[in-house]
Order: sequence, then C-alpha cells, then structure tokens
Amino acid sequence: MSERDIDWGDLMRAANGGDAAAYNRLLTRLAPAVRAVARRGLGRAGLGPEEAEDVVQETLLAIHLKRHTWDPSLPLGPWVRAIARNKLIDSMRRRGRRDHVPIDDVIDTLASDTAEPTPIPGKLDEHLQSLPDRQQSVVRSISLDGASIRETAARLNMSEGAVRVALHRGLAALSAKFGTGKS
Amino acid sequence: MKTDDLIRAMTSDLAPPGPSIETRFAVAFLPGVLVALALFAVTLGPRGDLALVASDMRFLFKFVVTLLLALCSALLVWRLLRPGAPAGLQIAALTLVPLVLAAGVLAELFVLPTSSWCPKLVGSNGLVCILSIPFFALPMLIAEIFALRQGAPTRPTLTGVVAGLFAGGVAAAIYAAHCPDDSPLFIALWYSLGIAIVALAGGLAGRLALRW
Repeated sequence: MSERDIDWGDLMRAANGGDAAAYNRLLTRLAPAVRAVARRGLGRAGLGPEEAEDVVQETLLAIHLKRHTWDPSLPLGPWVRAIARNKLIDSMRRRGRRDHVPIDDVIDTLASDTAEPTPIPGKLDEHLQSLPDRQQSVVRSISLDGASIRETAARLNMSEGAVRVALHRGLAALSAKFGTGKS
Repeated sequence: MKTDDLIRAMTSDLAPPGPSIETRFAVAFLPGVLVALALFAVTLGPRGDLALVASDMRFLFKFVVTLLLALCSALLVWRLLRPGAPAGLQIAALTLVPLVLAAGVLAELFVLPTSSWCPKLVGSNGLVCILSIPFFALPMLIAEIFALRQGAPTRPTLTGVVAGLFAGGVAAAIYAAHCPDDSPLFIALWYSLGIAIVALAGGLAGRLALRW
C-alpha cells in the first residue's frame, strides 16, 4: 500500500462520515491522477489528449455515484484506477464509432502536464444543456456560480430538500449521458 | 464546465454512502427467492418420500453441491461489483465446486456396477430438470440484475454469468427437493445443463444491463 493510497483512503473514510471538506480535497487530488491515466491511455492508443478531460469528468462522476462500491478495508488507489480505466475504455470504444476530430482543433490543447487545460467546450456542457430545466438550474447554480444549497433554494424558490434531490438526479443524469455518448 | 466546478457540485451532493453492496444485493434478492419458492410450492412441490430420503447420502449431496455453488458464486459476484477488488480467492473457491461434483461422480462410479451407469445418468426426468431449474431461477435472476446495477462491475458479462450461477445454484437446490433422481451422475449431466442455461442468460443480461 503506498503512502498516497493511505491518504486517499483516509479522506474517503472522512467523506463517508460526512466531512465535505475532506471530500472536496479528495476529489481535487484525484482529478490530476485520473487525468494522467486518461492521457497515458489515449496516448498509447495513438490519440491526442483532447478527450482526456471528458474522461476525467466521467470518472469523477462515477467515483461520486459509486462510492459505496469501495471496500473501506482496501486501499482506494486500485479502486480509482479500475474506474478510470473502465471509463477510458468506454470512451475510446464510443470514439471508435464516431468520426475523428480534425487535428487542427486538437493541436492547441496538447499539453504535457496534468493541470486542467483551458476550458474547451467538452461533453459535460453538451450533456448539461440537455438536462431538464430544474436540474440544470440547480447544477449550474452550485457548480458554475458556486452557490450553496441554501442560496440556490432561495434563488430558485425551491425547498433545500428539493434542491438536494435535483442536484443528485442531475449528477446521475450527467453520468448516464456520458455512458450513452448522447445528449 | 470546468472539472473544479463539477467537483464543487459533487461536494454539495455528499451524503452517507448507504448500505453495503452485500446488503443491497441481499435485499433485492429476497423477493426473487420468495417468488421462486412460491412457484415451486404451486407447481412441483417436494417429493412424497421426503422424510424417508432426508438422511440419504445421495439426496443430501444434491444440496451440498448446489448450495456450495450458490455460496461461492455469491462471494465472487460481490467482489466483481467492486472495481479493482482482488477476486483470486473467490475464483479459486468457485473452481472447487466442479471438483466436489467430480468426487461425487467418481464415488458413484466406484460403488455402482457398470451396467447401471447409463440408467442412472439418463435418470427418469432429465427434461423436467433442465426446464425447471431455469424456470425457478428466472425471478431470482431478474431480482439480482436490479441489485447488480447498484454495483460497478468492470466486467459486466462475467458478472452476469456468475450471477446466473448463483440463481441457478439456488434454483437447483429448490428443484432438488422435488427431483426423484439422486445419483451424482444425473446431477453432473442434467443439473449442470439447467444451471448452464441460467448462466448463459445471466451473461447476456449482464452484457445488456450492467454497463454503468
């Protein structure tokens, strides 16, 4: 078990106990690790890293929605890597059925580090736009505007419970849309 | 949307992870096995001489081998629902089941005269057997698929096959209470065929329904 896995596991255990700050820290630390897996995998398949961020986002959503499939007695690293690999393969399989992106659109986004690239409109934005209005407003308010559950409830004239439900359903729907490759 | 924005949304959606995979599986499976038992009660029912054969070695061996298959399949399927979880031990345990069956077959061949090998193998109702096992397994397999969808199997087809082995094992144990054929030779042929049909159906269902 590596040092890093111990840290990740501790953060996930804290998150399972309701510690949102630990959960945020965990996801923020997982993102670059997943990005590295995605870029390496795409590179090995002779593809550019232009779709890596889609894979990162799809993987993080799966990690979020499938948290209960991690066995707290095992290290978190292999669990994360297995999910990332699975999502990478899915993404490449879907890509194989689509037309290839022209290289000129891709060349600008080539980067060697694992920092998040300057935003190019990814799949997530397409999928977000196809969500039902209410879920879309809630997810936008909390993610893009950085509003809290309470602020979002006040702004959209909804109860906090309804905001929570819409947020969870919205994230689940985004994950499902990644899975089908359609918005 | 940037990844950091997505992380913010997921952080706000943090809730306790809920019951374990094993619990979810058991809860979803329970109605399936109850329906199977009800179907058994209204269709075939247990055989008339149940009290007489209850301590018969051959009769008991049917339950040992089918329930062992069910147990080992359940243990493996729970591992397969967890991405990256090591499953070597569970796979080894599952491969033990055909060995136990083979030992039973060898013992039977040893004690039986050659002339009765064939009649014991063919038995008296092989067709009923290979139709009954999938019939009783179906409600359990359907219930299982719903449970498995809450997991994250990275090998959906394999997971479906093992889920089929589990449903098939339990269905075979239920059917064994009716089945008048007790020879391990009969089990090795007809029970295996019936369970294989369920495993095949499970694999197909897994392929179609267990992607996430």
